[in-house]
Amino acid sequence: MARSISYREAINEALAQEMERDPAVVVLGEDNAGGAGAPGEDDAWGGVLGVTKGLYHRFPDRVLDTPISESAFIGAAVGAATRGLRPVAELMFIDFMGVCFDQIFNQAAKFRYMFGGKAVTPVVIRAMYGAGLRAAAQHSQAMYPVFTSVPGLKVVLPSSAYEAKGLMIQAIRDDDPVIFCEHKAMYDTVGEVPQESYTIPFGEANVVREGGDATVVALGRMVSVAEEAADELAQAGVQCEIVDPRTTSPLDADTILESVEQTGRLVVVDEAGPRCGLAADISALVAREAFGALQAPIGTVTAPHTPVPFSPSLEDLYIPDAQQVAAAVKSVVDWKR
Amino acid sequence: MSDERIGRVAMPKWGLSMKTGKITEWIAAEGDEVEEGDDLAEIDTDKIAGTLEASEGGVLRRIVAEAGTDAPVGCTIAVVAPAEVPDAEIDAVVAEAREQLARGVPEEDDGPRTETAEVGGRAISYASLGDGDEVVVLVHGYGGDKNSWLFVQEPLAAGRTVHALDLPGHGASAKDVGDGSLEFLADTVLGFLDAVGARSAHLVGHSLGGAVVTAAAARAPGRVRSLTLVSPAGYGPEADADYLRGFAAAGTRRELKPQLLKLFADESQVNRQLVDDLLKYKRLDGVDAALAALLRTLLGEDGRPALDVTGLLGVTPVAAVWGAQDRIIPPSNAASLRAAGAGVRVVEGAGHMAHMEAPAAVVAAVEEALKGS
Repeated sequence: MARSISYREAINEALAQEMERDPAVVVLGEDNAGGAGAPGEDDAWGGVLGVTKGLYHRFPDRVLDTPISESAFIGAAVGAATRGLRPVAELMFIDFMGVCFDQIFNQAAKFRYMFGGKAVTPVVIRAMYGAGLRAAAQHSQAMYPVFTSVPGLKVVLPSSAYEAKGLMIQAIRDDDPVIFCEHKAMYDTVGEVPQESYTIPFGEANVVREGGDATVVALGRMVSVAEEAADELAQAGVQCEIVDPRTTSPLDADTILESVEQTGRLVVVDEAGPRCGLAADISALVAREAFGALQAPIGTVTAPHTPVPFSPSLEDLYIPDAQQVAAAVKSVVDWKR
Repeated sequence: MSDERIGRVAMPKWGLSMKTGKITEWIAAEGDEVEEGDDLAEIDTDKIAGTLEASEGGVLRRIVAEAGTDAPVGCTIAVVAPAEVPDAEIDAVVAEAREQLARGVPEEDDGPRTETAEVGGRAISYASLGDGDEVVVLVHGYGGDKNSWLFVQEPLAAGRTVHALDLPGHGASAKDVGDGSLEFLADTVLGFLDAVGARSAHLVGHSLGGAVVTAAAARAPGRVRSLTLVSPAGYGPEADADYLRGFAAAGTRRELKPQLLKLFADESQVNRQLVDDLLKYKRLDGVDAALAALLRTLLGEDGRPALDVTGLLGVTPVAAVWGAQDRIIPPSNAASLRAAGAGVRVVEGAGHMAHMEAPAAVVAAVEEALKGS
């Protein structure tokens, strides 16, 4: 039975249902249990933005507060995964990856390969990304392209409450390390989510809406921005097909290419920067595999190649918005040789 | 007070989630004489496109919402009245309706109520509409759910109680299907009658649901007053086993869509939303196991259709409807029903989903079955 819950509640429900189903699932991170770190506190924060709230009281032995040492607790989670647990570790801000990156890219990502498939590492690393919360340059970045570039990691970007729950359950059941990227400005967005457990397979894009004039590939929070632009464009008679890859690794190239073969035009919208990101990656894919179908140059809408500004007015300009997306779509639709 | 001869044609509510509908085309024009059941307009919802039929006869005096308009459920979109009702009275109703439409305020929601009953320890979800002593229960097919009856539940509900249920393993019901046998499903339907306090009922079944209601009637002939079968399974040897296997196995949009296209005469019915809703259902925990268990009931060990309910037909009056373009269970299967004396309607322009593509024929068949009981 579906009902409306928030993105935050959807992730919390996925964690609770999987902990209920499988005693190997454990949750750890800073402030995941008590907030103040003391067991049994009724005002447990459940993480800095409350995503794990309530879990400690239901599963007191399986929700662990950790010291403020990402290298230690991410390393512990990776090690525990190789020994049979299914840890879900919260890195808090994705920007903190720097202090624990060896544990992720050079350990977790490599085990299956280096041990000839005899070791699996079913760890989920939750991390908040994205600008818009006035959290400045060190707490607002969209770092998922870095993880996407590492073979052996799966990278998930839920764009709604429905995707958040199904992708989290899939992440926990998956035998490979998964980087689960939550946009912190989306926690209160509400959507229809089934009460029952369900999984969304990795590597299967969602066609958010169909349209024949241009394909818009949008990631994470940018899906709703693309939808806003598509509504505006529809008034002007331009029909966009919006493709949400849902996972950047694996990437559902087939759905993107099939869509571009129908529309002949592509705009990629990403909150990460323009260099070595998904906009560049997907543009290259389409230019390489569907060049013959393209009727216009590929458009990209990304944040600029700068740190996320602290100034609120500059931060607002930094994040791609619907007007920029609509303008990019118009320019590829109106393009003349 | 407006003249009670003036009929307001309202935006229908097709399915639980429908809030507004878009009129894509008016089939009837202002000034046309319309009979009950005549096609009035094509309406598109986010789920499906359908045809709105006249619920009463008269002259289509005025179209309130032109083609292209989005109107909330319950809003008056046209006015039907006998020719002798003066224009001034019609104008007053139209003015009121236009104002309502401009405000976008729908009338009170009178769509189906979703409820849950417990049958044999399992939660059975169902949608109820109407109020009356006579009870009609609609039973969907393999992989379907209660919402598939969206076009027929409302017309049937005038003066009756009409329940559309989700079989175990389907929709919002519990996903455990026991041994997956026809008997188990039939007993669930009979247990559902107990749960809603219905001593007897008229049963309507589509595809697998057709076999289920037939088995229910055989198990409790005194409680099943009539059967209406829409492309029922189990009445003949011809069924597309590849469809059943393909539907059960499909995990992605790319795998599922080609299977769904086989269900309809008009393939444009298979829109993004329909595929998406079914994928969402198929991803729920327990659904794969449920569909696999039921597949073993539908197909024999040799992979060929195995269900046979022809021996179960008893004294219960039966009416049947078949889409002429049904590619899943072709209308040639109706021979056994004709031989048993059942009235069989074969409808052009409909595939396996006659209740969605030709709802008026299904409603007419149910009415006929009810009269015969």
